[in-house]
Amino acid sequence: MNPTDGRGAAIRLDAVRKQFGDTVALHDITLDAAPGSLVVLLGPSGCGKSTLLRVLAGLEEATGGTVHLGGRDVTGLPPAARGISMVFQSYALFPHLTVAENILFGLRARKVARAERDARLARTAAMMGLDKLLERRPGQLSGGQQQRVALARAIVAEAPVCLMDEPLSNLDAKLRAEMRHEIRSLQQRLGLTMVYVTHDQVEAMSMADQVVLMRDGRIEQDATPAELYARPATAFAAGFIGTPPMALLRLEAGPGGACIAGAPEHAVAPAEAAGALLGLRPEDVAPTNGHGLPATVTSAEFLGAETVLRCAVGSEVVQARIPGHQVMTPGSPIRLRLPPPAHLFDHATGRRLPLPVHAPALA
Amino acid sequence: MRGRATLHAWLMLGPAMLLLVAFTHYPVVATFWHSFFSTPRGARPSRFVGVENYEVLAADPIFWQALTNNLIYALGTVPISIALALAMALWVNGRIPGKAALRVAYFTPTVLPMIAVANLWLFFYTPDYGLVDRLTHFLLGWGATNWIGSQETALGAMMVIAVWKEAGFFMIFYLAALQAIPPVLYEAAAVEGASRWEVFRRVTLPLLGPTTLFIAVNALINGFRLVDHIIVMTKGGPDNATALLLTYIYEVGFRFWDTAQASALTMVLLLILMLVALAQFTFLGRRTHYR
Repeated sequence: MNPTDGRGAAIRLDAVRKQFGDTVALHDITLDAAPGSLVVLLGPSGCGKSTLLRVLAGLEEATGGTVHLGGRDVTGLPPAARGISMVFQSYALFPHLTVAENILFGLRARKVARAERDARLARTAAMMGLDKLLERRPGQLSGGQQQRVALARAIVAEAPVCLMDEPLSNLDAKLRAEMRHEIRSLQQRLGLTMVYVTHDQVEAMSMADQVVLMRDGRIEQDATPAELYARPATAFAAGFIGTPPMALLRLEAGPGGACIAGAPEHAVAPAEAAGALLGLRPEDVAPTNGHGLPATVTSAEFLGAETVLRCAVGSEVVQARIPGHQVMTPGSPIRLRLPPPAHLFDHATGRRLPLPVHAPALA
Repeated sequence: MRGRATLHAWLMLGPAMLLLVAFTHYPVVATFWHSFFSTPRGARPSRFVGVENYEVLAADPIFWQALTNNLIYALGTVPISIALALAMALWVNGRIPGKAALRVAYFTPTVLPMIAVANLWLFFYTPDYGLVDRLTHFLLGWGATNWIGSQETALGAMMVIAVWKEAGFFMIFYLAALQAIPPVLYEAAAVEGASRWEVFRRVTLPLLGPTTLFIAVNALINGFRLVDHIIVMTKGGPDNATALLLTYIYEVGFRFWDTAQASALTMVLLLILMLVALAQFTFLGRRTHYR
């Protein structure tokens, strides 16, 4: 029962399917995760990410397909026999037990000898900063402390795979950033394979080795955070990642090439791109005094270090993330410098399109 | 403004207060008072006799038998009906077909009036052709038994009825408490590898603690209070074998018309109930987790 057991993939899902009556929650999910990696299941609510985690845990039985953990087929096994630990969204602490009893619950159930139990408790409590709270009950702890107890209970099990179901969603923003960092360093220090469910793309991008973006029970893209950011595989992935996410603009055929719908004067991409969606990262768009795409400011959102401008171009909206505090009155005209077209998506299927070979002179 | 609010408060409290004082608090105090006086008879008015009524009670062998009977009755029916209620609740809380019908079936005895129940069981216990005798004859080959007519079996027969009547009622409380336990706790226990018995002992049972305390207090009070079927079926007989404190109070007070003696008896019963409730709240309450 240690992380090196699973040679090759620590987690391997093959065509996992889950149906509740007539509704299909998961469509043939196939997925590999390397030992010691942190995999984030990301997606909007109802995309099936929590269901997938519960199938991994054995709390839900897969309707089809196989689940391998550490090279072992666990498809039919109960949760306890899978070599996993789990942190629940609501923490699921036992309200009548003290912190120490909560942490040791699993070790007592597994008949671990008392001396070892105590040693592991001391070690875990010290690691999680819970030494002084061991005699308290969950009701006497703050949300952040309860979260630590839930983590400690998962870690003390020393299971090779740790599953987390939106563990930070009940914490305030500051604590969430702290815990994010802490969970990541813990995972790396202990060499755990971790599957982490969240709907927060910041959590996903900042923590993950591998992000599995899901939508409607299917995997939309399975990639590293860098890849997901640099080359989103679909328009959905493009529109999900980034703060604010990539703007998707409809392109039409214009006199000088493809141009943004409703603004035919300025070509922004080669003529072949007409009809596709152009993805523009707000951080790549900047206002300019010289030649640029004419637009109208509709709103300016000041975020401290930067300002996000929303600008109308034809019938579409372009966003620009610019440093500092920019005072712009809505309705004022502006000229925008766009990057060379880097992301094109099929308008109907949302699939990423290859870029046209020659980059023309742009607006 | 303040006076008006106070007046409103008293008006709201008034009706309930009036009824409580008239039918609970005043009778308790009056009974306590009367227990120190002799029973008025014809030309002899009652006079202060101190603790004489209590001394007579202490020397009364039937009182001691009723007290012993009542302890056996309470200590027998309370744990059994609680255990049975919990078992039934766990059973009908699970995923079984027809559980709605089962819940109704278990709850039915609670709905029936005790007098009707007594008459029903009179038939069950009838020697030779009653349900119980038919069953024991069929299964064990026993002969006719006079269940409520012989001293050895009469108290036990009464206890069976009390358990039968109460368990379904307590089951409803356990069922409600079971459904209030978040399912995620069971999932956490499953991930941690706890066996079914451990889950029951370390998760379910402690979380049912407040309910168990509530039920235990009620069951024990009922153990001294629920005697309707005894009045109907045996009237405390044969030879006081089923006499409980309350049936004995009834007999002394309303058949012998010795009201002073009955008052003293009542005070003893009240004292026992108070001590029992106090003990339960302090001992069990300390070990009970309230959410």
